[in-house]
Amino acid sequence: MPFKYFGKINFTPYTKVDKFADYLQKGKLMGTHCKKCGEKYFPPRADCIKCLSDDVKWIEYSGRGTLHSYTKINAAPKGFDDIAPYILGVVDLEEGGRLISWIGDIPDDDIKIGMEIKVVPRIFEEIEEIKLYYTIEKP
Amino acid sequence: MKIGIVGIGHGKFGNRSDATVQELAFEPFKQAIEDTENLRRKDINALIVGSVPEYHMQRSLPGVVAEYVGMNPKSTWLTEAACASGSAAIRTAYMAIKSGMHDIVAVIGVQKMRELSTQEILALMGRVGDVQWESIFGTTFPGYYALYANRHMYQFGTTKEQIAQVAVKNHYYGSLNPNAYFQKEVTMEKILGSDDVAYPLKVFDCCANADGAACILMTNEKLAKKFTDTPIWFEGLGSASAQMSVLRRPNLVEIPSAVEAAKQAYAQVGVKPSDIQVAEVHDCFTIAEIMAYEDLGFCSKGKGGKFIEEKQSYIGGKSPVNVDGGLKAKGHPVGATGVSMTIEIVKQLRGDAGKRQVTGAEIGLTHNVGGIGQYTFVHILRR
Repeated sequence: MPFKYFGKINFTPYTKVDKFADYLQKGKLMGTHCKKCGEKYFPPRADCIKCLSDDVKWIEYSGRGTLHSYTKINAAPKGFDDIAPYILGVVDLEEGGRLISWIGDIPDDDIKIGMEIKVVPRIFEEIEEIKLYYTIEKP
Repeated sequence: MKIGIVGIGHGKFGNRSDATVQELAFEPFKQAIEDTENLRRKDINALIVGSVPEYHMQRSLPGVVAEYVGMNPKSTWLTEAACASGSAAIRTAYMAIKSGMHDIVAVIGVQKMRELSTQEILALMGRVGDVQWESIFGTTFPGYYALYANRHMYQFGTTKEQIAQVAVKNHYYGSLNPNAYFQKEVTMEKILGSDDVAYPLKVFDCCANADGAACILMTNEKLAKKFTDTPIWFEGLGSASAQMSVLRRPNLVEIPSAVEAAKQAYAQVGVKPSDIQVAEVHDCFTIAEIMAYEDLGFCSKGKGGKFIEEKQSYIGGKSPVNVDGGLKAKGHPVGATGVSMTIEIVKQLRGDAGKRQVTGAEIGLTHNVGGIGQYTFVHILRR
């Protein structure tokens, strides 16, 4: 599963961590782990910032986390106007690291910074081409 | 050997559909030369352009600017650090003069934003975040600052009203600045009643994309007196970077590159934040100015909302900030902004700021942030 399938619009089809998309299609949220110094990365990296090792392995993340911040985008950029307005959340993942994504099925008034959430892998059903992503949901 | 400014020029910011990018650059270049005593164009050894190239139809900007202002065959090049490109150009000019490679350098910050649609600009600017993991969800520039704003409100109890007061102040001072895009005061009701751009930020929390140019002429201590009686000196030049991705930042309530750059600049000059008599800070969004008060140490962490509420950043307060209207009222022609900030401080330290003069100001500061905090330059200037 090439990395170009990750995201509504993908800007980086080639990357050393393209397996991320394979795992995501199988419903798994994966980060990387430096084999040398043990540093964990989400989003995954192929190269360790800390010790400069390029030897990493994949580890599965639970998807559990807390909402760090959020915003509702009204003025959307090109390519996203058809889904606006949408709410973006930043999540502190339980195992460390963060991600940003759309908040899914949570009513606006229930969204609170600090709330517990779960990240759910998804495929865009309404787009013909395969498009992988994840949303932020109630646990 | 000290390095300073001997000439300044500032074009009108705003919708400049009347001019090409090189025509915009010409205006402040000519003014800056005329602002000196007897400095001739042929005395200038190099021209450094601060700009973000993506926004123009013209590729490779220094080429067209150098030709149009008549600087060929002198050396010219571009510096880019997103919205801090102007200050990056100034830092490069400082190095060139300090090293002895060039004696007199012209810095032009210039940007013509309005060749592109707002949607295209939103898409381009949204990609100042990490495109691999963030932009694919439709992040925008206001969206990133909205994430900071919400977190700041959650962590410190900062209110929307406090944040909006930054816009009230900056539009008030903008009404006194003939070069500003917007020269009208704005009420709290109008700000809070404006449309949401990225919750909690509204239209009036955001600076406007604008066209514009600004120019300074820099030289060393030995030559400066030939060209002006009132050179203004760069005494501290802090510069730092921070993670491209907000997902790897230590927190979302400060700009870490600003904290580091400020620390460097204060240490170089041997001054404290409370010694700064007038400051120009990067208020691309109202929340950005609140974080700037804290990152620069004008108040403690989390107290930025209270600082503006108490009017401490007005003239007469502890630290007057953006008394030319800031990006908020002047408009933000990206590459020109850092140079424009520097010019306001020069005017203040010369005592030439007219109705918005901070009486007796001798030491001033500029704080120019690139992107969503990836780059910050903090410069301290003295009379």
